[in-house]
Amino acid sequence: MDKFIQHQGVAAPMLQSNIDTDAIIPSREMKRVSKDGLGEGLFAGWRYTLPGGRELTTDFILNKAEYANTTILLAGDNFGCGSSREHAVWALKEYGVKVVIASGFGTIFYNNCIRNGILPVQLSYETIVGLAEQVQAQPQENQLAVNLQETWIEAPSGERFTFDIEPERKTMLIEGLDVIDVTLKLTDKIKHFQQNYQLTYPWLN
Amino acid sequence: MANTLFEKIWQSHVIENLDDGAGLIYIDRVFLHERTGSIALKSLEADNRKVVSPEQVFCTMDHIVDTFPGRTDKTTMPSGEDFIIATREASHNAGINLFDVNDPLQGIVHVISPELGIVQPGATLVCPDSHTCSQGALGALAWGIGSSEAEHALATKTLRVTKPKNMKVEFYGKLSFGVTAKDMILHLIGEYSAAGGAGYMVEFCGEAVENLEIEARLTLCNMAVEFSAFSGIIAPDQKAIEYLAGRKYAPKGENWNKAVKYWQSLFTDTDAVFDKVIRIDCQKIYPTITWGNSPQHTCAINSVVPTPDDNCDENQLKTLNKAMQYMDVSVGTKLTELSIDGAFIGSCTNSRISDLRLAAQLLKGKKVASGVKAICVPGSTSVKKQAEEEGLDKIFIAAGFEWRESGCSMCFNAGGESFGFQHRVVTTTNRNFESRQGPQTRSHLASPVTVAASAIAGRIADPREYI
Repeated sequence: MDKFIQHQGVAAPMLQSNIDTDAIIPSREMKRVSKDGLGEGLFAGWRYTLPGGRELTTDFILNKAEYANTTILLAGDNFGCGSSREHAVWALKEYGVKVVIASGFGTIFYNNCIRNGILPVQLSYETIVGLAEQVQAQPQENQLAVNLQETWIEAPSGERFTFDIEPERKTMLIEGLDVIDVTLKLTDKIKHFQQNYQLTYPWLN
Repeated sequence: MANTLFEKIWQSHVIENLDDGAGLIYIDRVFLHERTGSIALKSLEADNRKVVSPEQVFCTMDHIVDTFPGRTDKTTMPSGEDFIIATREASHNAGINLFDVNDPLQGIVHVISPELGIVQPGATLVCPDSHTCSQGALGALAWGIGSSEAEHALATKTLRVTKPKNMKVEFYGKLSFGVTAKDMILHLIGEYSAAGGAGYMVEFCGEAVENLEIEARLTLCNMAVEFSAFSGIIAPDQKAIEYLAGRKYAPKGENWNKAVKYWQSLFTDTDAVFDKVIRIDCQKIYPTITWGNSPQHTCAINSVVPTPDDNCDENQLKTLNKAMQYMDVSVGTKLTELSIDGAFIGSCTNSRISDLRLAAQLLKGKKVASGVKAICVPGSTSVKKQAEEEGLDKIFIAAGFEWRESGCSMCFNAGGESFGFQHRVVTTTNRNFESRQGPQTRSHLASPVTVAASAIAGRIADPREYI
């Protein structure tokens, strides 16, 4: 997995709450048994004029010239709620999104981000609205800077906002670790646990 | 020390405490389906990793599989067949249990897992499907994960889990006439928002929950994810034990006795402390329906689209206005005055035999209004068979419903079938998101009786006038 240490980029505010994974990628855009080829389907229902079409709408934020090369999303509460489809994260990643800043996340979506090297950052809604206001004035110039090592976001004004992330998840992202490999190192411990477990709960074997 | 039900199950599965309350958790059962399981299995193969306990992994064809009678691997969704074939091949290679397209045990994962006794009290069960929380209804710790996490569970029999906090949602008092488990969960989400359960494991309890049959409890827990909860759970009682007895994968013989003894210890201790408690007066729950694009956009069936709260900010108002515009309603619109184009009974929320019986009671001797496309999709092949033995299929068909093979069907649109552009659908499913049932469809979530009543009326209808 790619390492995530720090990042600076254009941020697009999409501040409505409850943006669900069906909106991030509609089911009809998940055409192949694959983690690839999903970037085009990102926000397809809002980004294109017709279902299945590729003609861009004019009013969707990521279609606007001033938000070209967006790599950071600013969102409201409960971003990524709904379906567990990891395609939502694969689509964001392929599109080029590196960081999603929201006042709340769907739990499965949050975990899927970590597994794929996208940094989910939870900040207060007021802070996010404040960041959005600064960014909106000149999106290409007023970029956000993100430092995972030191866990802060820097606004165009220079003000920094720290965020929380569990140490283990931070390590996974910074070192770009394959989580399965990390867990497989604990195989002996798992086997030992399993032996006792199977004696206690024999009907589950 | 006094513990919650969740705490007891967590503790029995912790292999190692990681940091900040996260744990390496032992996973008893993994369920997969062709939509996301196919990718997980293929990816494992590509990485040369093995499924460590294939006998405890189960897979079904539910999401993409066609539901038209006489189905094959062909699907109305373009390229759907690729998912089915890939899943079949990868399942055979991995040696896991597969309920294939025409297997008599096939069905929607969260319908067949309880039906076959695969989910059991006190066990951990994961599936790359958000509605895995349904299965907490049997007292299991069951939750939805992504494909990568599914690979982790398959390859290691464990997951690294951030421990959620404990929430109790108590439904006290008795349910009123015409009110079902679906109305209970819609009411909860409407009152406490679609993010109200974020970060919590929710234990549902109280008199009304105890009174629910197991199938209705599955409906209640099904939408815990729409409340943004980590999952939902209900303490296993005598009903749960009786429900599981004799099921295909339930414990047998001496193991059954041992299991039952253990299951009877699975309850929240009297002095256990929850991080949050919500108490709901069941007398205040009415047949409930959604008007917007989030499950929190609810109102009582005989009321109107509500006025936004005074404390809504500009972005929240924008969200509400966008939903009203999408759904073609406004503040004050009376729900029962909206005519409908579609009615759907099915999905992991409401497609079990008890749901079909309830709907059939209303539909008996009645006709679906003209112009309404009405579809019933039993949740499993077994449910379908049972319904046909009881003659329910004849009632649905005589009323004008299509009677389908089991699967997720039009709970979501995978590029195949749609209810039609801007068509209004009353549906027993769990998500009213934009374009969920086809491009620009307008979905109203409700109980099976509300859907049946609405199908007859040709508009959104109060089921109490039809029961």
